[in-house]
Amino acid sequence: MIATKTIPDFSLSPRVDQVGIEERASRVTKRSIKNETKVNGLMLALNMIDLTTLEGKDTDGKVKQLCYKAQHLLDTYPGLPTVAAVCVYPSMVKVAKTALGNSGIKVAAVATAFPSGQAPRDVKIRDTKFAVDQGADEIDMVISRGKFHMGEYNFVFDEIAAVKEACGNARLKVILETGELVTYDKVRRASDIAMYAGADFIKTSTGKISPAATLPVTLVMLEAIRDFYYKTGKKIAMKPAGGISKAKLALHYLVLLNEVLGEEWMNNEWFRFGASSLANDILMQLMKQKTGVYQSADYFSID
Amino acid sequence: MAVKKSNTIKLKFDSARNLAPAPESKSAAKINERYDLFINGKFEKPSGKKYFATINPANEEKLADVAEANNADVNKAVTAARTAYEKVWKKTAPKERAKYIYRIARMIQERAREFAVIETLDGGKPIRESRDFDVPTAANHFFYYAGWADKLEYAFPNRNAQPLGVAGQIIPWNFPLLMAAWKIAPALATGNTVVLKPAETTPLTALKLAEIIREADLPPGVVNIITGAGETGAAIVNHPDINKIAFTGSTNVGKIIQRAIAGTNKKATLELGGKAANIIFDDAPLDQAVEGVINGIFFNQGHVCCAGSRLYVQESVYKTVVQKLKDRMETLIVGDPMDKNTDIGAINSKEQLETINKYLKIGQQEGAEMYQSACSVPRKGFYCRPTIFTNVAQSNRIAQEEIFGPVLTIQSFRTDDEVIEKANNTPFGLSAGVWTDKGSKIFNLTTKLRAGVIWANTYNKFDPVSPFGGYKESGYGREGGLHGLQAYINLV
Repeated sequence: MIATKTIPDFSLSPRVDQVGIEERASRVTKRSIKNETKVNGLMLALNMIDLTTLEGKDTDGKVKQLCYKAQHLLDTYPGLPTVAAVCVYPSMVKVAKTALGNSGIKVAAVATAFPSGQAPRDVKIRDTKFAVDQGADEIDMVISRGKFHMGEYNFVFDEIAAVKEACGNARLKVILETGELVTYDKVRRASDIAMYAGADFIKTSTGKISPAATLPVTLVMLEAIRDFYYKTGKKIAMKPAGGISKAKLALHYLVLLNEVLGEEWMNNEWFRFGASSLANDILMQLMKQKTGVYQSADYFSID
Repeated sequence: MAVKKSNTIKLKFDSARNLAPAPESKSAAKINERYDLFINGKFEKPSGKKYFATINPANEEKLADVAEANNADVNKAVTAARTAYEKVWKKTAPKERAKYIYRIARMIQERAREFAVIETLDGGKPIRESRDFDVPTAANHFFYYAGWADKLEYAFPNRNAQPLGVAGQIIPWNFPLLMAAWKIAPALATGNTVVLKPAETTPLTALKLAEIIREADLPPGVVNIITGAGETGAAIVNHPDINKIAFTGSTNVGKIIQRAIAGTNKKATLELGGKAANIIFDDAPLDQAVEGVINGIFFNQGHVCCAGSRLYVQESVYKTVVQKLKDRMETLIVGDPMDKNTDIGAINSKEQLETINKYLKIGQQEGAEMYQSACSVPRKGFYCRPTIFTNVAQSNRIAQEEIFGPVLTIQSFRTDDEVIEKANNTPFGLSAGVWTDKGSKIFNLTTKLRAGVIWANTYNKFDPVSPFGGYKESGYGREGGLHGLQAYINLV
């Protein structure tokens, strides 16, 4: 049977209490992650990374190097996983796709006039289709924050639905750019719009705006995913991006995920970290856990 | 695509509970084998030569022997307090009194870790709570009242605040150090001297505090800390040279105290039991409300007189709230209180565990539906899984009587008037919680709920600045804030 999905009135999305959500988020930072739990968590976090380079000065060479790093995080440490995906601009998809070959690592492309999203819809669709044609497995789109602030939720909804259609088989990540939405109420509302419009992932930030991902914002979105799952039976994935550069913080995110959505989400199909420098800090912590001493940053490659 | 029906969906949380052990070190604190009575600035052996054991409820191992004070010891302590009051403390300049109280506060901060470890070992509460709540809040209380000591003329303009004399203070086992701070700090700030008795199951942090008080060079006799059970408490209450009784504990004992001091000149403040209503309206931020309910009832294993033990949920969001509550309960870690990840520690004593289990049985016999989280609990020691009862009526005993454990009853309601009536339909009146997005609704309820403290969109928030105390069988008098000073002075 095909479940008929009724689209709710997004202006009635659940409200979020700022003090409460921040207290709950800070409570996960009190969890003390030790020994085997720590090693398992760090391995998992590595495996959830979307290794990212999104700069105007990106070149084929830079992307190729990043792709090599994605497959060979630290060859002197046997048994390490690879990252989940490499995230690039559409123009670099082909290079990345070739470089990654059949490694199983996905290529994600930011599209829809990333990062501002200030372009007409047909441009955004073409941008998306181009990336998919080039071989992107995942598309990271940005929502029209201006229209959202104007209260034109239907516009935002329709745009996401149209991009989803253009994605074909590629999974769609919808970036809310929470740093521009500002309040938790709006983050929740935008999350609901994105999920009902067809998002496979909801993602916090482009990484170009500060603040990017935070624990409380991620918690709001995880709770939205849980409510959506209970309502529709459909799982949505989550991707906090930007500002997560330390292993300890990544572990806190995993604790949060584990306590809100449970173990079915604890893998890279349902959770990703959008980050560029996180991998090396995790590697450093793993080596510390293995050898008992910290190594200098120069022992970890910086592609 | 076939979509599963929502009632078959269940999230899985086993991995969220199975974290590698992260124990706090026992060696961070020194516990003596034997503790004597702190009288007149010295540790003195009890005249009856009797000692009793205090155990760690998490594993039932003995921690220390503690002296049992008899009538003669109580008399000695009261005499020391009286002498210190007449000869030293009431003549000490307020500014000097403040310095001593500040010093105690600073020393608690300096030895916070030691206090936290002892509090957890002796009482069973999670180290996370003793470290992040009990000890810092206790220090804050001393800091706050130190500030008032030389400003009483501003606290009570155009009046002259006179100390009462000797205060007999009897405190419970749920927040041993914090309650000692609540009692001692305002008494000292206003110029009174103190005879304090901690609960027999949790005397160790109060005795640690005695060591600090001695190191702080507080004049001998200003604070006396004596240990013992109910009889020792009765001896304090009945001693003719006590001017004021401050008691926190059960309503039953509160009634006994009230009878005992009837017809005497003794003043009293009683902070007794509670059965607080926590009310969720359908416009509330539900996830945060659920978190507040969790904190309201499972904080300190539910051994909290202001615990939000009766949950009222508006019918239109009832199912959602119960589901969210169950999911959150599944992620709570029950076990060794010394583990930094433990959310719910050990029940304070065997007797208390038996009381809680008795109510779990009563609840089921009354037809209520019991749900406990799937977590495992240690074999040794006293533990109780977080528990909720649904299908509860106002006429159930579990909804009327104070259980003092991690047990929540849930009822639904339809209208604001209905829930106000039900929330007030209890002999207690210590606290209440209101969860709604609408400010006007908050004020409507806070004016109509008969409870001493009402939290809106939060729960169990404490600050030395805000007064705390009850209505009806929850006692009388206020502790904390400006009101807390009033309980220790005569205004002339």
